[in-house]
Amino acid sequence: MGEFEVHRVRFFGLVPAGVRCLACQPRGARLALARTDGAVEVYNFAANYFQEKVIPGNEARSVEALCWAAGDRLFGAGLGGEIAEYDLSRLCVAHSVDGGGGPIWSMAANSSGTQLAIGCEDGSVKLFQVVPGGIQFERNLDRRKGRILCLSWHPSDTHIAAGSIDVLRVFNVSSGQTVQRIMVNYHVHKVKRECIVWSIAFLSSGTVVTSDSFGRVQFWDWERGTLEESHTVSTSAVLSLSVSEEEDSIIVGTSTGATYQFQLLPVKAGSLEKRWVRTKPFQYHTHDVRAVAHSSTALISGGLDAQLVIRPLMEKMQKKGYDAALRKFTFPHRRLVSCARKARLLLFQFSQHLELWRLGSTDETGKDGEVLPLCRMPEHLVQLKSKGPEHIYCSCVSPCGSWVAYSTASRFHLYRVEYKGDGVSVKKVPKVPKLLLPAYQLQFASDSGSLFIASARGSVHVLQLLEPGGCKHLHMFRPPSGCPEAVYLLAVSADGHWLAAVGGDWAIHIYNLKCFKHHCTVPMYNCAVTALAIHPITNNLVIAYSDQQLFEFSIPEKQYTAWSRMVQNSGLHKAWLERDSPITHITFNPKNPSHILLHDIYMFCVLDKSLPLPDNSALLMNQSTLKQLPETARQRQLHAFKICKKFQPLLFADLLDENCLVMVERPIMDFKTQLPLPIQQKKFGT
Amino acid sequence: MVAPAAAALRVVRCGGSSLHGARAVFSADSYLLCASGDFVKMYSVATEETLRVMGGHADLVTGIQLNPHNHMQLYSSSLDGTIKLWDFMDGIPIKTFTVGSKLLALYALGSSEDSVFVIIPKSGERDTFQLVSVKLTKAAGQDLEAKELSVVLDGVDASPKYIAFGREGEYVASVKEVNLQVYFFKQKQLNRFSVSAVKTKSGNNQFTCIACHPTEDCIATGHADGKIRIWRNFYHKKEYTYSTLHWHHDTVMDLAFSVEGTSLLSGGVESVLVLWHNQSDCQKDFLPRLGSPIEYISLASDGTLCCTLHTDNRITIINSNLRFAKSIQGLIKSADVRTGLVVDPRTKALVLNGEPGHLQFYCLQSDQQLFSLDIVQRQYIHQAGLNQADLVKVAFSAQGKWLATVEEREEVTDPELQLKLWFYDEETQSFKLNTRINMPHEDQITDMCFRDMDELEDDSLILVTTGRDCVFKVWVMVEDTDPEAQQSVSWSCDFVGSYHNYQATNCCFSEDGSLLAVSFEETVTVWDSVTWDLKCTFCHPPGKIRNICFGRLTCSKYLIGASDDGFLCCWNLLSCALEWSAHLNVLVLQPDPLSEHIAAVSWLSKESSLFVFKPNEPRPIYIQRNLCREKIQLAAFVPRDEPETIGSEKYLWLRRSQLFFLTDTQELMTLSTKSLQERLTPTSKQLAVEESIPMTPFSLLLGKHRRQQSQEDIDLGKLFVRNKREQDSPAVKELLHTPAHVLPSASFLCPIFINSLLISKQNKSAEEVADEVEMESEKTEDDSDEERDVTEMEQEDTSPLELLGETTCKLSKSQEKELRKIRKMDYSWISAF
Repeated sequence: MGEFEVHRVRFFGLVPAGVRCLACQPRGARLALARTDGAVEVYNFAANYFQEKVIPGNEARSVEALCWAAGDRLFGAGLGGEIAEYDLSRLCVAHSVDGGGGPIWSMAANSSGTQLAIGCEDGSVKLFQVVPGGIQFERNLDRRKGRILCLSWHPSDTHIAAGSIDVLRVFNVSSGQTVQRIMVNYHVHKVKRECIVWSIAFLSSGTVVTSDSFGRVQFWDWERGTLEESHTVSTSAVLSLSVSEEEDSIIVGTSTGATYQFQLLPVKAGSLEKRWVRTKPFQYHTHDVRAVAHSSTALISGGLDAQLVIRPLMEKMQKKGYDAALRKFTFPHRRLVSCARKARLLLFQFSQHLELWRLGSTDETGKDGEVLPLCRMPEHLVQLKSKGPEHIYCSCVSPCGSWVAYSTASRFHLYRVEYKGDGVSVKKVPKVPKLLLPAYQLQFASDSGSLFIASARGSVHVLQLLEPGGCKHLHMFRPPSGCPEAVYLLAVSADGHWLAAVGGDWAIHIYNLKCFKHHCTVPMYNCAVTALAIHPITNNLVIAYSDQQLFEFSIPEKQYTAWSRMVQNSGLHKAWLERDSPITHITFNPKNPSHILLHDIYMFCVLDKSLPLPDNSALLMNQSTLKQLPETARQRQLHAFKICKKFQPLLFADLLDENCLVMVERPIMDFKTQLPLPIQQKKFGT
Repeated sequence: MVAPAAAALRVVRCGGSSLHGARAVFSADSYLLCASGDFVKMYSVATEETLRVMGGHADLVTGIQLNPHNHMQLYSSSLDGTIKLWDFMDGIPIKTFTVGSKLLALYALGSSEDSVFVIIPKSGERDTFQLVSVKLTKAAGQDLEAKELSVVLDGVDASPKYIAFGREGEYVASVKEVNLQVYFFKQKQLNRFSVSAVKTKSGNNQFTCIACHPTEDCIATGHADGKIRIWRNFYHKKEYTYSTLHWHHDTVMDLAFSVEGTSLLSGGVESVLVLWHNQSDCQKDFLPRLGSPIEYISLASDGTLCCTLHTDNRITIINSNLRFAKSIQGLIKSADVRTGLVVDPRTKALVLNGEPGHLQFYCLQSDQQLFSLDIVQRQYIHQAGLNQADLVKVAFSAQGKWLATVEEREEVTDPELQLKLWFYDEETQSFKLNTRINMPHEDQITDMCFRDMDELEDDSLILVTTGRDCVFKVWVMVEDTDPEAQQSVSWSCDFVGSYHNYQATNCCFSEDGSLLAVSFEETVTVWDSVTWDLKCTFCHPPGKIRNICFGRLTCSKYLIGASDDGFLCCWNLLSCALEWSAHLNVLVLQPDPLSEHIAAVSWLSKESSLFVFKPNEPRPIYIQRNLCREKIQLAAFVPRDEPETIGSEKYLWLRRSQLFFLTDTQELMTLSTKSLQERLTPTSKQLAVEESIPMTPFSLLLGKHRRQQSQEDIDLGKLFVRNKREQDSPAVKELLHTPAHVLPSASFLCPIFINSLLISKQNKSAEEVADEVEMESEKTEDDSDEERDVTEMEQEDTSPLELLGETTCKLSKSQEKELRKIRKMDYSWISAF
């Protein structure tokens, strides 16, 4: 008999959307990513590439290009023909302007961030002025036939290179005239085939780099209009290209899923002659690599297989640490699953609908590791479809299972779910109070008596839920010092006494629910909070940060606990700190108050506070070796981290009761089968 | 001259083994120089001929390099610890530098004035090697000491492929296991890089070879998993970078950059030469089907030719446009010689396993492959770990008219066996498949022989095979009754014999073909070959019989058997009793087909010894202990074209046949009565620089013209002719062609020269002998091919003249006699120094 009975859930059919485009903030520490469903995400380099902000997509708004301008303003443009500016503190579109040239395929900001150039379906390149509070149309450049698929500004902002079909053109920004036109077509046996310039980059030396649909990366001298170098990297198209800020390295992504690095290397030691050389090939993706980005320390690529891969450049690393780890993100860094513990229900959040499932059950017991036969199969109870083009921001199910809430950008819905025998009836709660929308996180109290709604400007609303199916706005919490950013994580104590909320500025505020006032603020830590939870017995707040640090903060005493101080003094294990994915959920075992249950995508960990911390010489993942040891030796080898990697990728783990766990997995192969077939490639030996 | 030379028999290596210890070198005037065993061989690229064999090293030659400051000179290094500088056009060692320790590889650089680089073992440590530069002193004298060593790199690997020098000698790169180290001479900076050591599913990462770009800072390395990495920016310890090229599915054996560095050549086990353009993964060309794994690749300095050395000792020369040009092949090394050494009665060529599935016919005289016969006739896949059919047994009938081959594919569950019989087609001059028998035995075939009866070729021809399935089978020819069959005869089984269900291991016919001896484990059975009755049995328990053979000529009443418990037994067939036995662990038992002698090779305490005996006396005629250090696996007597004149009584057994043997490293050796100097004196071939003028119509015309002229001269007077011919005699040629600085003083040469002009009396008797020989065969000429061609042309010319009168014809005969006389001239003077 094992320690827990585990529900291994594999019926969460999440298919993450493919990555469409990437944009690195110039000289900054953020990466913006747009997915094919129109969602925009922001990753923070300083916080271990934590997915800091998510703006859910919208069916009516696709994003074809993203760019940062004027410091930290993020603009997106898409086939809808509109240029939108995103409000990164409220996580929604601030305002949008029609481009006026049909669908927009490309957009680029100049080096100072004052102008935006867009490439349109009708072959025009338009310039927009970035002004406070919006953008303003400035002028049209010379228009020719053929859609403009890619654009690049010369670093001196005097010229723009634009790639189209069969041709690339260079415009003079001040005159607006085409100053060079280079044909990039490809002849095979006198048959001319269409050659699409997928991506372009203008280097300060005057070299234009293009990547095209024949798998070539070509270097052109724009003034003479001559080809300098041509590298065939692939038999299929090269879709994306990105240049480092020093202009000595290029990353390209191909439609076979391979990415290649080009480096500008001296031909001989000490000589001035330099040449672009294809150096490292990487094959992390299975599908088209539609977007690549080159940060100062890493090569970043995103593919239609929904993966974001961050491959650090080892030569730019000072030391081997968690910065140097290869990171692959497929799933969001927040939870899409909520669990009704008492009712044994799971609520799955998809982009436009919710699914409510009842877990299966068994009445048999077995040995450790044994698969038990089910006497009742898991049951799909309800599917809730959200209306309109907007995608769902967040959702939650109450512990008793009778309340379900979700929010989109403009609407908030609360449902009352009633179970009559086998039937389920869902009733919308009428007269939901008007709130400041959207809601970024929802959390029910453990007695299902109230709902906490995380909202913009650091505020948290408290709704009282009334039987049978009503609600009332009780209170709105707001940090005393004020906060411009939205709250993205909530935690409530089991006794209903405390509420912890984390905003976009990473400050953790604790509110007293009994007397509706601000209790205290956890001391600031310069990293993003990835998960937090309040212990049901001791009311200690456990916080996981994106640099993999763990803190325990005693709410009644308003200070870090002794254990937390001990952890900080002795330091966590090296292998723990070098993990590449953040902790996404924390829960507790009421049977063993010293246990903290944590998980990320790749592992599930039971942290036993009563055991000593491992030092760096010890093995962190020691469960399999412990099993082989005799009892006495095992006692000596035990340490606080008990890690299980059996369930991968793990989207959600929670404790249903004292000895029952639920694990929600999404095997990569399951969702790969839902993607379109990759390009067929002959593989040797098959 | 004869007496001192006969003092001892010498063991001479004449082919095989893994010949090539280093990359080949193209000289500036299109000769190819190869390290080959203890020698350096010089081949003509145009004619594929071996022009010169330069010997002098006492152990394996491990590296050859042209002298960068004089392209007519060659450095060679050897395991015997010396570096020799050769004038390879004349084949003369100019200087010998003694370094002391074993030299494992040699590199010569244009930028280093008077030093070369060698790999030597690190003193005091096993299996660690270092790259050192050796200062070659410019002192006078032939034998010099080179003790001025300075260590360049430590911890290098022993193979010459693991070190390469970069552009203009700026840096040296060395690989070992998963580490690459680059040392910059000017900056005195050493950079180390490594690839991950973990063996992934795609194979291991270990380095296998390295090459440096001739003009750029770029290193190409080959890996055991078939990848090629191109390293750049390696003067930065951290910001180095590499790209990967991957086509080979198995180890990359060697790499070479083209002269300009625009393309890269790679080769490996796949036997495909790959040409990578611009170091790009997408642009590559292939030269497939090179026959066997590529071991070394080297390029001519002008880039017009490339040459690959293969693991089976073949040399392939390839044009710059990646077209196969020529192939130089001596004895092809096969994975395992399972056929034994067989002599083809027709060509007197040695026949054994060649490239996989092929039978090679190796000409001993010219050290060339005559041809390769595809027996298995299936595509061979160059990949480790595949069980593919290979040739295991071969036998010729007495006249070489029939050839029997056995091929098998080893598989535990069901072995595949095939017996094929080939008929020699006079028209096409090649063997033609006559009969194919699938599964002739249930299990492996252990031995096979034809009944050797010279006079009654066709009707009485019998083939006997013995198998592990405890039977021997007799195969005979039958008339083919099928009217549609293209051939008149085919083979079928006639008799199956067995003995107490023992495995049959060997079989052998007596000389007259009346008796067949078959050994069944411990017992030798003798069968009547007409009635197939068991006549008698012999055994010498507890040893199992390893070899059997019948005595020949006067000793035909004896049967010799060797057992694996170390006994050699001789049974008398008339008395059916043991005549004598000797305690000797015989590995190889080989009767001479032309005499009574039997050679036995034993293996005792890590050395092979040779015993030659006649079956009628238990005392060996000749014993040579410590024949060689390797285990001798196979031996064969090859009949000589003409009996050799042998002075000593002891070596009479070598008069009519020559004994060749093959060691387990597949080195072909023979015994020679000639002394070292004699063998090394230039033969007519070595002077072939002039004679190997390509056969052009003009040269034929010229030759014809000269002949006619000489014939006219004969008419004028014999003496005059002689004088003219004498000028062509080897002694005179020697005098004229030897470089002046190595000639002895004129006073010493003068009498020899005068002597060579005189007509000695001895010549008369020699002429008589030659006359007899001439009656026997027409093929005694061993001049170069070109010359033979010329004479043939000449003979064709004279044939219409025969109608006119006998005189011209006779004159040409007498001329030939003279030629022969000249050949027998004593030019041993050269051995005096």
